[in-house]
Amino acid sequence: MNKFSAEDALRPRFTAAHKALALRGFVIAGVALLAAAVGFGFVAGVAQGVGYAAAVGGVVLAGLTGACCLLAAFVIRFAALVGRVLLTLALPIFLGGVVGIVVLAWIPALLYERVDGIKADHPGAAVSVAQFEAALTGNAAAARGPAYLAALALWPLQFQLTRDVLAVVGVVGFVSLVAMFGIWWERKVAGRMQSRLGPMRVGGWHGWAQSLADGLKLLQKEDIFIAGADRALFRLAPYVAFIPAMCLFIALPFSAAWVARDLEVGLIFIFAMLGVGVLGVLLAGWASNNKWSMLGAMREACQMISYEIPLGFALLVPIMTLGTLRLTAIGEAQSGGFHTWLAFANPFTFIAAIVFFVATLASCKRAPFDLPEAESELVAGYLTEYSGFRWALFFFAEYAEMFAVAALASVLFFGAWYSPLPASWGAAWADGPLWQRAVHGVLYSGPIWFVLKGFFFFFVQLWLRWTLPRIRLDQVMYACVQVLLPLTMVALLGNTLWLWLVRPGAWLAVAVNLILTAIGGLTVVAMAAIVLYGYLNRRRLVGTMAVDPLPGG
Amino acid sequence: MTRGWLYRLPLPALLAASALAADGAAAPAADPGKAVAFYLVAAVTVGSALGCAIATNIVRMAMCLLGTLGGVALLYFLMSATFLGVIQLIVYAGGTLIVIVFGVMLTSRAYGVKLRPRPVEVLAALVVCGALLVGLVAVLLRTDWPAAPAGGAAEGTVAALGGSLLSVYLVPFELASVLLLAVMIGAAYLAQPALPTAGDGAGPEE
Repeated sequence: MNKFSAEDALRPRFTAAHKALALRGFVIAGVALLAAAVGFGFVAGVAQGVGYAAAVGGVVLAGLTGACCLLAAFVIRFAALVGRVLLTLALPIFLGGVVGIVVLAWIPALLYERVDGIKADHPGAAVSVAQFEAALTGNAAAARGPAYLAALALWPLQFQLTRDVLAVVGVVGFVSLVAMFGIWWERKVAGRMQSRLGPMRVGGWHGWAQSLADGLKLLQKEDIFIAGADRALFRLAPYVAFIPAMCLFIALPFSAAWVARDLEVGLIFIFAMLGVGVLGVLLAGWASNNKWSMLGAMREACQMISYEIPLGFALLVPIMTLGTLRLTAIGEAQSGGFHTWLAFANPFTFIAAIVFFVATLASCKRAPFDLPEAESELVAGYLTEYSGFRWALFFFAEYAEMFAVAALASVLFFGAWYSPLPASWGAAWADGPLWQRAVHGVLYSGPIWFVLKGFFFFFVQLWLRWTLPRIRLDQVMYACVQVLLPLTMVALLGNTLWLWLVRPGAWLAVAVNLILTAIGGLTVVAMAAIVLYGYLNRRRLVGTMAVDPLPGG
Repeated sequence: MTRGWLYRLPLPALLAASALAADGAAAPAADPGKAVAFYLVAAVTVGSALGCAIATNIVRMAMCLLGTLGGVALLYFLMSATFLGVIQLIVYAGGTLIVIVFGVMLTSRAYGVKLRPRPVEVLAALVVCGALLVGLVAVLLRTDWPAAPAGGAAEGTVAALGGSLLSVYLVPFELASVLLLAVMIGAAYLAQPALPTAGDGAGPEE
């Protein structure tokens, strides 16, 4: 082995020779695959026989791969041009991607509807491909025509297993996006709040590719094991933290129809998963064989056990008011616009909403409750000994939980996936033709609103983190036992009495609803005004530094 | 260096075996996927229960216990008893187990302590578990199991459960509440710092 030298470090890894080789290889592979696809298509067209579907599938696959190869060759040949286009168009690509994802995600819902319609026509066992084709063409005799391909694509969708696999893929994809976007956003928010810029370089537009670059860096890092650590448990811990965080999204309804599994016990399922996730942190702290990690884990355990109680009591209030544990039903009950949101139903649900938000901050280890990590006291708490992808898994779990509880707050108290506008305004389009339903579902009441509200509360979490100092452990306990717990008791008792004594529609109920709605609206307006003020004055330094130069300066 | 025995586990063979087993026992479960899932989850449950009994490190025992409790919850989910499964997760995995691990962390000073049962203890455990096994199998064989309703569990099980807890089973429910209250009062009594008595002078001496 020759020794590693500074010259080696400076020499580019991907040389011109490599580039030419890759270019030639991709061009040859692409042309070959395209030719194969055309040839296969010709043969299949002649044969039209038993292997027709397989041949067509092969053609599509080979054609797509060939096209991808040619695209890769194009990118390599014109890398500078592609890079420049990507840099200039970063923001439109980002926005287009968001809209595109929403529209793309609309398609499965329509497909499911069609498949369910066909399934309803054929009661009994699984529907065959031929029956699908007949239903699609409206011609029972047609066999293996062009619609056969579409029927073949629809056929797996009739099984719950396929839908579950698709849903899990969607959840994993969404959680990855949330984590990557959330980390970048947090760094930007932190930067702005501290009068700096945050990530600006990677990817061009405001460092939008920073999380991607970080992810690549983390993948390459050495996977360190500590001497004296319990290796098996050390390996297990990130998964014990990560899997419950993923499971949260199984029951979380993005909209009335957009939910992986509409569980009858969805609410307590999420509550259970929040509780189980703590074990990963505990395990990480213990298995690291490190005092800092251990202290962080103990703090997390203390905090979680204590804050589960106010959290549970705060959850009881919406459960009691609506009489259901099903999250979609809780969401549906708040469909009528701003004033029907549960937080504004009576004073006690308002209290419960606030307590819920504070308790979820503690259960997600977010500031001011971020004692388990406490980077100024405990190095990094339970994360101290982790590196590389295991470390990244903990962060994925944390950001997934943050978004999940933020979204849960919106489902329980702030109108779920409904816009603040009254329901009657959009009622005509909700049952109209397809394009009207699409517009209604995307813009008026649908996953966009859910995600927006989720990210609003996510932003509030970031805001609090970079505004408030970390509190001491005894203050954490004091806040839980002496403040939040009595408050939830008051909310629970008061809500019981309110439901018992105050009839809906009575003047008291209406007046309280009006007042609370006004408070909520004013809060949102005030927050928006603060954000706008900060945005307009984003080039000014905060504090007295800007106006009072140092003597002699 | 023994690197990752887990990676060498013949997973395809295991899957094929469980599929075969599912075929052999296809009578109770009409859905082969469900049968495969059942055998996998049952294997995890039993395996972690064994691990819990065999392990010598107390935190590893706790983690094996997590596998067992989670496996049982998954079994409940497989049987469409979602409420029971979720409660299992909240009470045992999310509550009891965390308290156990927390207690272990607070109290165990040495990391390398190995817990090995004495032969007498092993013998006693075998006798008790054998008796339990015989009893359980006897009950299982004698019981006339009602067939599950077609199409999974009926809707509204949670409401029905709540209703029956507050009507038919009100007395056991209230008894459990009273018991829990007594436990809480006892815990608060035990946890309070010792009050200085008359002859004690000024506080605790160090």
